Amino acid sequence: MSTAQLLANDPVWLTIVKVIAIFAFLVVMTLFMIWWERRVVARMQHRPGPNRVGPFGLLQSLADGLKLAFKEDIRPVLADRWVYFLAPVISTIPAFTAFSVIPLGGEVSIFGHHTALQLADLPVGVLVVLACSSLGVYGIVLSGWSSGSPYPLLGALRSAAQVISYEIAMGMSIVAVVLYSHSLSTSDIVTAQQSGWFVWLLFPSFAVYTISMVGETNRAPFDLPEAESELVGGFHTEYSSLKFALFFLSEYINMVTVSALATTMFLGGWRAPWPLSAVGGGVLNTGWWPLLWFVVKMLIFLFVYIWLRGTLPRYRYDQFMRLGWKVLVPISLVWIVLIVGIRAFKNSPNVSPQQVLIAVGVVVALILAVTFLLPTRPEPEDGRIELTGGGYPVPPIDLKVPQTPPRRRRTGVPGTQRQPAGVTAGEDSSASTASSKEASDGSV
Amino acid sequence: MLQSYVPILLLFVLAALFALFSVTIAPYVGPRRYNKAKLDAYECGIEPSPQPVVGGGRMPVAYYLTAMLFILFDIEMVFLYPFAVSADALGLFGLVEIALFIATVGFAYAYVWRRGGLDWN
Repeated sequence: MSTAQLLANDPVWLTIVKVIAIFAFLVVMTLFMIWWERRVVARMQHRPGPNRVGPFGLLQSLADGLKLAFKEDIRPVLADRWVYFLAPVISTIPAFTAFSVIPLGGEVSIFGHHTALQLADLPVGVLVVLACSSLGVYGIVLSGWSSGSPYPLLGALRSAAQVISYEIAMGMSIVAVVLYSHSLSTSDIVTAQQSGWFVWLLFPSFAVYTISMVGETNRAPFDLPEAESELVGGFHTEYSSLKFALFFLSEYINMVTVSALATTMFLGGWRAPWPLSAVGGGVLNTGWWPLLWFVVKMLIFLFVYIWLRGTLPRYRYDQFMRLGWKVLVPISLVWIVLIVGIRAFKNSPNVSPQQVLIAVGVVVALILAVTFLLPTRPEPEDGRIELTGGGYPVPPIDLKVPQTPPRRRRTGVPGTQRQPAGVTAGEDSSASTASSKEASDGSV
Repeated sequence: MLQSYVPILLLFVLAALFALFSVTIAPYVGPRRYNKAKLDAYECGIEPSPQPVVGGGRMPVAYYLTAMLFILFDIEMVFLYPFAVSADALGLFGLVEIALFIATVGFAYAYVWRRGGLDWN
């Protein structure tokens, strides 16, 4: 029986149990991730990190969350009332919903019912995740726009541009997986990896997906929307209390979801890794074992997130956009053309390798020719500061220094003959205080 | 068919209830000690510069360009998915068609690149 049929037989109570379980799993994962991130980054920086609340400081993020709930909730005067109120909600809902199609395991029996460890198995499963991550952008943009403040607006714009730019590379890397699994359903993708994980077969896609998933979730080194040194806090600068907590929650849930999708598509989903999968005729791929493998693989991705944050400095925005548009997108495009060609050659007997090579070659040559034939936009030459000193903006050696400072030239008083501070100065100051008093009275 | 979407809807509703509950109780649980400076737009402690009503009015035009490029390539992606699902069934015909399609989009991509549409200044 296929996973979709199994899930269709679920009684209502079982579906509700699963919904609550996934909700709780995501919230607990968020709390755990915040603690883990702080601990690991602290260890990388030779300090202990949070270790007071609960064993190993595990309850630290729970305590922080509770503390946030009892903080003052602020709505700036310039904020748009309803959009400001709804933006955290809009960014939280898709974050939770996206996880619904991820298969956490195979067939199990819960209270005597045979079912799959998955909430929903749709024929368009992967598209649901992509759609939800696109919808999450609305929450970010609306929060920045409605705050009525420059920093959140800039952060929101950056974030939106970033997410949509990297979504293209992400989507294209998924196309390669779909080509090999013949299905967009997440459980079918896991089944297709029975013989070998796609990470080996489709390594370029895996690399593109992993890079773009970091960009997609606005995490270091691509955390430009919240670049503290430039934008204070990014799109959630004006948010406080539980509204801020919701943004934090959705960011971490998004990380968990894209890591789970990466596990599903490239690391064989809930299947046991190789030496273990052979144990006892595949007994470790049945029952509740898959849940363990799935969580471990997902935690590996999440650890990479933390590792990157502890290691790499933040990208500059133009470098970041260049990486997305000029590196990841062309690599994905060429890679798709390549594997489509290889597959067509392997699957149809009446196509010779020469024909495939010629077809692929014609496409590549056409693109290259077009690239070189098109005119480039001329670089603007004026308005640039002349650089000397090996590229550093130092003043030129033959710099003309004015003989007299402009102010002295204007007053005509030589520097040596300064007027002593006397009666006139006192009169001046009293007059100025009087005038300022008048001005303040007038304004009131 | 639509039945398989019901669990997703349930999760959606649960998430919505949770989020709405949180934002609704937030002002009542926390303290309320408002003052004028606290409610101003945050600008590192200086007086906020005067802004149009919401959103600060103007935004850099480069973001619109990125958005338009996104639509172009997102549509390309949407067409690639159905092809990828049934690539083997379509055979050589599908290969030629998708090669032409990718070449067309590649042309637009190369044009944008050479015109500097992908540069960020």
